[in-house]
Amino acid sequence: MKIVVCVKQVPEVTNVQVDPVTGTLIREGVQSILNPFCEYALDHAVRMAKQLENAHVVAISMGPPQAKDVLLRCLELGADEGILVTDRQFAGADTWATSYTLAQAIRLAVPDYDLILVGKQAIDGDTAQVGPEIAEILSLPQITYGIQIGLSPSGRQVRVTREVEQGYEVVEAAMPALVSFSKGEMVRRAPSFRDVLQAREKPLRMLSAAALNIPEEELGLKGSFTQVVKVFPPPEKKTGRLLQDLEAEEAAQAIFDYLIERRFIE
Amino acid sequence: MLKIDHERCTKCKLCIRNCPFGALSMVDDLLQVNELCTLCGACINVCRFDALSIERKKASKEELAKFRDVFIWIELDEMGETIQPKKVALELLGKGRQLADALGEQLVAVVLCGEKCLDLNKLGQFGADKVILCQHPLLGQYSTDGFTHAMCAIISAKKPAVVLYGATPHGRDFAPRVAARLKLGLTADCTGLEIDAERQLVQTRPAFGGNIMASIITPYNRPQTATVRPNVFPVPQAGQDQAVKVEIFDLVLNRSAIRTRVVEKSVMADGNATRIEDARVIVSGGRGCQKAANLDILRSVAGQLGGVLGGSRAIVEQGWIPHTIQVGQSGTTVGPELYIAAGISGAIQHVVGMSSSKTIIAVNKDPEAPIFKIADLSVVGDAVEIMQKLHELLAAHSHI
Repeated sequence: MKIVVCVKQVPEVTNVQVDPVTGTLIREGVQSILNPFCEYALDHAVRMAKQLENAHVVAISMGPPQAKDVLLRCLELGADEGILVTDRQFAGADTWATSYTLAQAIRLAVPDYDLILVGKQAIDGDTAQVGPEIAEILSLPQITYGIQIGLSPSGRQVRVTREVEQGYEVVEAAMPALVSFSKGEMVRRAPSFRDVLQAREKPLRMLSAAALNIPEEELGLKGSFTQVVKVFPPPEKKTGRLLQDLEAEEAAQAIFDYLIERRFIE
Repeated sequence: MLKIDHERCTKCKLCIRNCPFGALSMVDDLLQVNELCTLCGACINVCRFDALSIERKKASKEELAKFRDVFIWIELDEMGETIQPKKVALELLGKGRQLADALGEQLVAVVLCGEKCLDLNKLGQFGADKVILCQHPLLGQYSTDGFTHAMCAIISAKKPAVVLYGATPHGRDFAPRVAARLKLGLTADCTGLEIDAERQLVQTRPAFGGNIMASIITPYNRPQTATVRPNVFPVPQAGQDQAVKVEIFDLVLNRSAIRTRVVEKSVMADGNATRIEDARVIVSGGRGCQKAANLDILRSVAGQLGGVLGGSRAIVEQGWIPHTIQVGQSGTTVGPELYIAAGISGAIQHVVGMSSSKTIIAVNKDPEAPIFKIADLSVVGDAVEIMQKLHELLAAHSHI
């Protein structure tokens, strides 16, 4: 069984701000991390691989050269192999161009995959589009919002428990298939010293645009259907009334009065 | 133009069975495509041998102008025996009406459903000029493949200028597949939409967890497609009840095209009578509520105000509430008349999911809590104690 996990390096988004003059992102001093939803996907892949014989987990990422760091982290967390798809020509890719590039990389580098696991979305773009777009380009069935994964009793189908609006459902699909995850185990595993040392021994290779055999006009900004025309800070909401140093009873009374004033209670 | 690679084609005929338009056939033992082909891509998706492809060129201005009308996917909710459009579908009809008027084109509601159907006139009341009704037994239950197949067939045959979907779990599941199959731009989770001087759709969305806003256009091809965050645009006022024009769209869809199978479903009791995205009042708890049992107080207050209980991601992860009532980026986006945040600090991921609430009351121990920046009434103090007292005040008030 070969499991491909697509991962993304993202900035710690809580601190990202826009330069009011240039309108560009201030990236200085912002740490880069492995997108948490990707980490869930990787975790599911590694757990699943442990229960199977001859399972092999390949982590793949498209990004700048420094995205190697997140692949190293994947190797520390149990992936067997890492692939970084990197080239200056990929810059400015929208979700379509990204999905197309990743799909092509998977097709060429891991042609015998059984499963592709992804996080449901990245915390910087939040589009949740790249997973389904890769599935479509590779003509795979997809199961989104997964929280648990295993095989059907026959072993031929993947079986996923997924979150739906009113609860959960269990869905099966024939492999190869793509699954996106919205959750994993609560506890983040910290790699041991041994994991870190072993990770350095595992194969980690680079793929460039030339290796992917994609025409230049299909890559990066040129290959994108959407274009960002403006970036700006969100409008600030005016601050309301602030009440401090009240006893619980007084505070509750103040809220009660406000509810009457605003006619939420008659 | 559909290209067939006869060397790769194994004549398995899977594509013929999956074509919604009957455009493929075997002629002289070779696969052939006829003029019924709309380039919807259903055949490419099922071909395992890469024998089919579509060449798409970036279109000229004249080509783009041939695409007309604003299409809204009407997501449906089954409420017992009846079927209703989801609230976000009505919100999109309201926004779509403005866009269609700005373009001087029609607003079209697209309904995909099984044998049971809703009262289509209702869509006319909320602004649709026309309904495209695509009924098929296999569309009675949502599936990624079934809905992608139907939507691609409709878009490729009808050539709209704009297609909007609610950014709900289903909308976000199949809209990217439609976009990838038809090679369209898709902007996720929009909170602003307008038509610019060049008749382009300008799509505005938050990124980086809501820290920045980005405006995006789709300059080279049509339709321009977007998913739109629920509870951002208002539901329009319903107009007069009159018959709306309905166009029936016939679809060929085989069970084999649907490659996923639901083997088990479990509905979680979250104790709420109304769905959180439809609630008028929401009382939400966060880590500051200290323990699961204290949420009973919040639930009571919610009940007294005619609302429902919600919560932050933190308390979902603690297992205090089910994910079905989580508010925020990775939960549900809400926009009630009144939102009370009790013991929620207001991380940006939470705020983007509730900041369009009309009135916000926040209670938190920390005077620096970010939730206070967006609250209309901010109260510094212990959330549990204050909510307990508020519950008593409301109980006494209702007895007068």
